[in-house]
Amino acid sequence: MAIALVLGVITALEVMVFYVEALAPVLVPLLLVLSGAKFVLVVGFYMHLKYDTSLRGLFVGPLAIAAAIILAIMALYGYFL
Amino acid sequence: MGTYSGGLWSWITTVDHKRIGILYFVSSLFFFLVGGIEAMLIRLQLATPENTLLTAQAYNQLFTMHGITMLLFVVMPMSAAFFNFVVPLQIGARDVAFPRLNAFSYWLFIFGALFLNASFFFGGAPDVGWFAYANLTSSQYSPGHGVDFYILGLALAGAGSIVAALNFIVTIINLRAPGMTFMRLPLFTWMTFVVSFLIILAFPPFTISTVFLLFDRMFGTLFFEPSGGGDPRLWQHLFWIFGHPEVYILILPAFGIVSDVIPTFSKKPLFGYPVVVYSGVLIAFLGFGVWAHHMFSVGLGRIANSAFSGLTMLIAIPTGVKIFNWIATMWGGALRFKSAMLFSIGLVAMFVIGGVSGVMHSSAPADLQQTDTYFVVAHFHYVLFGGSILGLFAGVYYWFPKVTGRFLNEPLGAVHFWLMFIGMNLTFFPMHYAGLHGQPRRTFTSPAGLGFEWFNVVSTIGAVITFVAVFVFLVNFIRSLRTAPTAEANPWEASTLEWSIASPPPVHNFDRTPEVRSRDPLWHDGIVLPAAEEVFHMPNPSYWPLVTAAGLLVLMTGALVGLPLVLIGGAVAVVGIYGWSFEPIH
Amino acid sequence: MERTSTGVANEKVLMWTFIGSECMLFGSLIATFLAYRDRSLVGPFEEELLNIPFITVTTFVLLMSSLMMVLALSAVQRGDRRGSGLFLLLTAVLGLIFLGGQVFEFSHFAHEGLGLGRNLFSGTFYLTTGFHGAHVAIGVIWLLTLWTLALRGRLGPEKSVKVEVAGLYWHFVDVVWIVLFTVIYLMSGAAAV
Repeated sequence: MAIALVLGVITALEVMVFYVEALAPVLVPLLLVLSGAKFVLVVGFYMHLKYDTSLRGLFVGPLAIAAAIILAIMALYGYFL
Repeated sequence: MGTYSGGLWSWITTVDHKRIGILYFVSSLFFFLVGGIEAMLIRLQLATPENTLLTAQAYNQLFTMHGITMLLFVVMPMSAAFFNFVVPLQIGARDVAFPRLNAFSYWLFIFGALFLNASFFFGGAPDVGWFAYANLTSSQYSPGHGVDFYILGLALAGAGSIVAALNFIVTIINLRAPGMTFMRLPLFTWMTFVVSFLIILAFPPFTISTVFLLFDRMFGTLFFEPSGGGDPRLWQHLFWIFGHPEVYILILPAFGIVSDVIPTFSKKPLFGYPVVVYSGVLIAFLGFGVWAHHMFSVGLGRIANSAFSGLTMLIAIPTGVKIFNWIATMWGGALRFKSAMLFSIGLVAMFVIGGVSGVMHSSAPADLQQTDTYFVVAHFHYVLFGGSILGLFAGVYYWFPKVTGRFLNEPLGAVHFWLMFIGMNLTFFPMHYAGLHGQPRRTFTSPAGLGFEWFNVVSTIGAVITFVAVFVFLVNFIRSLRTAPTAEANPWEASTLEWSIASPPPVHNFDRTPEVRSRDPLWHDGIVLPAAEEVFHMPNPSYWPLVTAAGLLVLMTGALVGLPLVLIGGAVAVVGIYGWSFEPIH
Repeated sequence: MERTSTGVANEKVLMWTFIGSECMLFGSLIATFLAYRDRSLVGPFEEELLNIPFITVTTFVLLMSSLMMVLALSAVQRGDRRGSGLFLLLTAVLGLIFLGGQVFEFSHFAHEGLGLGRNLFSGTFYLTTGFHGAHVAIGVIWLLTLWTLALRGRLGPEKSVKVEVAGLYWHFVDVVWIVLFTVIYLMSGAAAV
């Protein structure tokens, strides 16, 4: 229940920072941190990955490869240059 | 064949991993002949300049289907045949983790393969290369149904591969006998594990790119449509994010096979076991970071080309490590040159040639000279024929007694090996020179006087010899099936668990689940059998996997024919899934 | 449960492995979406269409469905038959509300002139969110099937792994949406702000 509350609050925060003009320059990193936190909460607690250590590699490995490929494609399409 | 008797129905409803392995093997052998005939037609067409044996149109279909068939309907399913038959035996299991899912994988593969090949009879096969580069595949430039068959057929076969790979990952993680730790797994099981991860991670990007293509062709989206801002290079990225790991999907099973065969016929444990394991894992991991070396000529820029160049060169290190480990295993061993060993040594030698020309391509400036010439064709045939095919034949000679209780004839095996070895070198070595002289790939004929006529004549002669070698194998195969079953449990005096039980194995594999105490259990008294009898249940046969797969086949056919068939196929698949879910397993 | 080498049920290992594979599926979709962002040649463009308050509500609905899923699993593990049925149904219903929101959103966009083949945004948006929606739909059917089992008293604690696996799938679909919500909605808007 506490987790659900935190998830709700973070979502509310995300939408709030989205509308605060002063935060515009750091909006993207801020949003990534916030949604990353939600991601970790759901995977860690709801999906029990915090406790099922033997299963962690099955998820984290593919996730890392997928993330690396997304970043590489972004670089190839001119995101970081 | 002893435990494999029983009527057609028992094969259709089987969920036994050994029978499914045999189904995969026979199917892949059939497609090996299909792909071989396609290769022969290509070689005959290229034998003389300005040849008119094939039209350009037919040639394009043949080289496309030759590639797809050999990669996806021969090397992958033949590897899967060994995954199925051998892996549960090597880890001391009675079956895979999900036997019905395993049957489902087979049906998806065979339906996909037959569906795609049916395109020859319905308006023409795909003629855009196995890589199907956009925007040649758009409905404007490929108005026929060939590309649709490609998308839908590979969707079926690809889904089958993913499902099978998921099953093997769970099996290897969870069904190991007591004491069978990961660092005691036989190398073939290790490579199955690694390849399964490659399959589940590499196929989804391909699925997505074919869905984009399907939507471009059928619903007018703009993913690969330059006039709408789409970028055809995106197809190349997504395709090679799949396509490069796919290369390792094709070679690592063969590496696993020879890593089991060479120690057996050298009477020595594998040299540097952990290093061979880690090298395999590293090759697979790096395989996801090198895709753009297939795209040097696209013009991605100096930084991208350099990065992908460097990563590609890195892969030579773990691959070279493996080669040296095999040589060191043989060094000082009591070598026995049985057919399986001949093919294994053949792989080691031939893969070095293919690997070295691969390192040449990793340098972008060199690649710009070689790309789209026969030099590249020479390279990947040394890897795929000299590597995968020779390795798989090593597996055939090695495990044939375990599967059938019979031996393949050894002298005929040697004839097969030497004919194939000579044939493939005559076929593929001259292609290096033809390529460096500028002969382009995927071109159905060329005028005389360009300086590569003789290379092509030699290549065609080599292809004929290779074809004869396959014929020798088939004769040996059929003859051997009719001999008396004389194979004992461990005819090669090998060290791994599959050789601890009868040949062919009983339906339940192990009367009692062994406890494993060492990496080479049959050599170092590494097996302890429990004293007590075990109670176990083998899964029932089931037709639901076939029903579900058939539903999906009808659905794919419907995508070409019309919506009603899509709905019927979908309904059958849903009925299949529910019948499957609520069917008692034991 | 049968003996396994890791002590974890085969079904759970299978689902986690499948989720690993799904990471690459959605990763490819997200990579494409990002590669094609701001490359549409004709409108309507994303910043004219995306309705952040509306999608925040449906996002919240999906997050709450994950909470219901957690409660459903614990009810099944406790052997609480009434709670199992109730929370499974609530999870599915919240999933359906999310899907309803997506149908409304799609038809609204279509009405604004964003046909499937209109521009690059339309293709990447509809396919990325559509793939996710298809996953939600399959999850809803799965949950409703479990719900009928629970109603008939055929979902006791000994069957809890079935619910656990469905839960893993459902939470993963939720996690994917967390990413899509940020990447597609908030970050697309970011370019406009």
